[in-house]
Amino acid sequence: MLNHLPEHLRPGARDAARQSIIMRVDRRDVLKGALAGFALGLFARPATAFEPYPTGGLEMPRGLVTDPLVFVSIDPDGTVTIVAHRSEMGQGSRTSLPMVLADEMDADWNRVKIVQAPGDEPRYGNQDTDGSRSLRHHVQSMRQMGAAVREMLRRAAAKSWGVEPSAVTVGLHEAQGPGGQRAGFGELAEAAMVEPVPAFEELTFKDEAAFRYIGKGEVQITDLRDITTGAAIYGADVILDGMKTAVIARPPVLGGKVKSYDATETLAVPGVEQVIELAGAEAPVNFLPLGGLAVVATNTWAAEQGREKLKIEWEDGPNAGYESGSYRAAMDAASQAPDNIFREQGDTPAAFAAAAKTFERAYFQTHMAHIPMEPPVAVANVTADACEVWLPVQSPYGAREDLAKDLGIPIENVKVNVTLLGGGFGRKSKWDFAIEAARLSQAVGAPVRVQWSREDDIRHSFMHTTSVERLRVAMDGKGKVTGWHHTSVAPSILSTFAPDSGYQFFIEHGMGHVDAPWDVPNIRCDNAKAMAHARIGWFRSVSNVPRAWAVQSFIAELADELGRDHKEMLLELIGPPRKVDIATAGMPEDFWNYGEPYEEYPIDTGRLAHVVEVAADAAGWGASLPEGEGIGLAVHRSFVTYVAVAARVKVVDRVIRVPEMHFAVDCGFAANPERIRSQMEGSAVMGMTLALHSGITYENGRVQQSNFYDYDVVRSDNFPERVDVHIVPHPFSVHASGIGEPGVPPVAPAIGNAIFAATGQRLRDLPLGTEV
Amino acid sequence: MPTTFTLNGAQQTLDAPPEMPLLWAVRDLAGLTGTKYGCGVGLCGACTVHVDGEAVRACLVTLDEVDGKTVTTIEGLDPEGEHPVQRAWRELNVPQCGFCQAGQIMQAASLIAAKPDITDAEILEGMRGNVCRCGCYQRIVAAVRHAATGI
Ligand code: FES
Ligand code: FES
Repeated sequence: MLNHLPEHLRPGARDAARQSIIMRVDRRDVLKGALAGFALGLFARPATAFEPYPTGGLEMPRGLVTDPLVFVSIDPDGTVTIVAHRSEMGQGSRTSLPMVLADEMDADWNRVKIVQAPGDEPRYGNQDTDGSRSLRHHVQSMRQMGAAVREMLRRAAAKSWGVEPSAVTVGLHEAQGPGGQRAGFGELAEAAMVEPVPAFEELTFKDEAAFRYIGKGEVQITDLRDITTGAAIYGADVILDGMKTAVIARPPVLGGKVKSYDATETLAVPGVEQVIELAGAEAPVNFLPLGGLAVVATNTWAAEQGREKLKIEWEDGPNAGYESGSYRAAMDAASQAPDNIFREQGDTPAAFAAAAKTFERAYFQTHMAHIPMEPPVAVANVTADACEVWLPVQSPYGAREDLAKDLGIPIENVKVNVTLLGGGFGRKSKWDFAIEAARLSQAVGAPVRVQWSREDDIRHSFMHTTSVERLRVAMDGKGKVTGWHHTSVAPSILSTFAPDSGYQFFIEHGMGHVDAPWDVPNIRCDNAKAMAHARIGWFRSVSNVPRAWAVQSFIAELADELGRDHKEMLLELIGPPRKVDIATAGMPEDFWNYGEPYEEYPIDTGRLAHVVEVAADAAGWGASLPEGEGIGLAVHRSFVTYVAVAARVKVVDRVIRVPEMHFAVDCGFAANPERIRSQMEGSAVMGMTLALHSGITYENGRVQQSNFYDYDVVRSDNFPERVDVHIVPHPFSVHASGIGEPGVPPVAPAIGNAIFAATGQRLRDLPLGTEV
Repeated sequence: MPTTFTLNGAQQTLDAPPEMPLLWAVRDLAGLTGTKYGCGVGLCGACTVHVDGEAVRACLVTLDEVDGKTVTTIEGLDPEGEHPVQRAWRELNVPQCGFCQAGQIMQAASLIAAKPDITDAEILEGMRGNVCRCGCYQRIVAAVRHAATGI
């Protein structure tokens, strides 16, 4: 059964790069030998094409690793193996990061093999694949490692030919000597590896004009063939000898428990072997399992059948009263009495007191669930003192740490293999399903796969928060905005990790709230209390979704109120091109800039305004449209990237159709434009889904939705058929920024604004529904 | 009661309850994992396979319903993985996470086989049962068209 697994995913497989020749020599000997004959700086050259810059990557747990021997190996046949240490969930980093390294080292992409790293941050550096950070944090280290390997190959070739390294050039997958000598990377591999790893200052970097793959967007994703033939391995596809399958009946209400149960009929189902009670975590639940009853069987069908026959009496606990309608009313009331100010620029109360006119609106968004196409799933094999798991997980090292703790097994004996992820969207940053599988494997003494059904996934997700965003502006007699007041009320993600204060925390407020870029003298941002009754977690784009929805709808409403063109109004609020001076903006001490140093990634209003212009122009802003059609505009900076969307809406027989969207994206240097485009295309679809379809509601503490029946998504019969993506071109010196998430937030308000343009109807509650 | 059918060209006998969905029989018992679970209720298309050449949702078809029939999964669509639809998918770099794509490809292959001169409207309608949460629809639709017409 194991033959279908690639080598690195087989049980007990050794760490990725260790398998190939370059790693087979003992590093200590290598270092000793190399240092003897090497004078530091001998080959130093200015790194003209690459000025290094600090990123938040340095501050992430276990930071960045730049040792090429960890990431690259070369076999005698010339095969270059590059480790992908970030999880692949469709965003393309498993292709794009190795591609950057390969280009910089002059490797031929056709001879590059990619292996996935297991969860091992001390070795690979941070592996948390979330926050749109993979390219942003790792593009520099990939270039550095590529350049280092190229230099090592060059020095090895120089030695073997008895010439100065400066006389050797490195071309595609080979070194060339002054006398016409040529040696392929495979030939040089063994000698190259005894070269010391050069320091950054000794490296030369390619001119951007010499890039073969970087910035071109012509490389296919590395798993493309396997995906199209069914050979790609996702979490559920790992089949181990003797493996059992388990499904779990989890408490329908967060914090609930099994009061009593009868498993007689379950155990009579052929194939069902055991029913095991799992303890649920006390609040705050972190990423620990919710508990419940696990049905362990020889196959998935038997387990499912067994679960249906369980008779369980639940004790619901403190969240049994959670009800979405009344909760919304409470949030709305709270938003009218904010009690916690954390950005105060100028004197907002005075601006409102002196205003000739004020304008106020509130916007709402329900909970949402990520529903990655592959529901959560985990395979675990726990023996007496060791644990090996196979996970579609965004944070393999976090999972490993928690598994070690939960099982009481030393972390060295826990191995987390990372499969492909059938979508993640933040759901798979949380590894509760891994702990379920490991506990069950430990209990039954055999490998166990825990399979979540779609119903499990929708009902027991880590929910995207629900929120009320209330916006008010003060204006002078000429209609110029003098005061901006934004109150945000939403249960906080923090409640999943710490006793719930009821208030959102600085990271949530950094996402489209306190970072308001407006050219307005008086700005106040505050919040009010909203206690969590669901497991709140981050969903792609996180708080940016409700914030962009509210702010970008509000500005359009304001423009309409004042009889002004929306784009003009938006550009007036953005104001002249400048880097927002956070020192004088009344920002909170803990202002969160997506973890990036502000000087490197400031809020640049010139870039913000530019994407507005590009998207509006592309969509034909201002042109007159047929009856029932309209164009809507929205812009948002998130994950330090600027995205504007112009959406065209067409209402046919009351059904909202969005035939066209134009994205203008400024993400700094674009390493892989092809995957940037595909992320924007996907953002158009996911943004349209959350605009029109996806809402999770609670009654009696229970999620009311369960499957695509009542939690539908955009499908091919009504989707944005034309998505044009305009990427603002930049050199490498303009720091690469996020791509996986920033496309989503502006989509819903662009659609909402277009619906207004098409019909005159202003909708303020997400999801909007599919008809007007 | 064992069920015997042709699976990707070879005879397959599975000893399992007759009401077991083909999806789980193919994945858990035959060990072919290219066919995916996405909803279990016929609403996402991730499990699409061909039974006697026609696209069906393997989560809704039971084992006894395929007795004596021919079942093709993504692994058996083309011996070399070079079916025109697979090629079109690669030419247009369609997938993001890829999880839905086996189902999409199987659906598209049967649509095109049934109607080589398929119209755009028929593609949109014919693919509506296949969800892609990553949102690759633009490329999926373009790839179906490309596979059907070469354009
Ligand atoms: S799993 Fe069969 S249609 Fe979704
Ligand atoms: S590619 Fe991810 S669900 Fe379709």
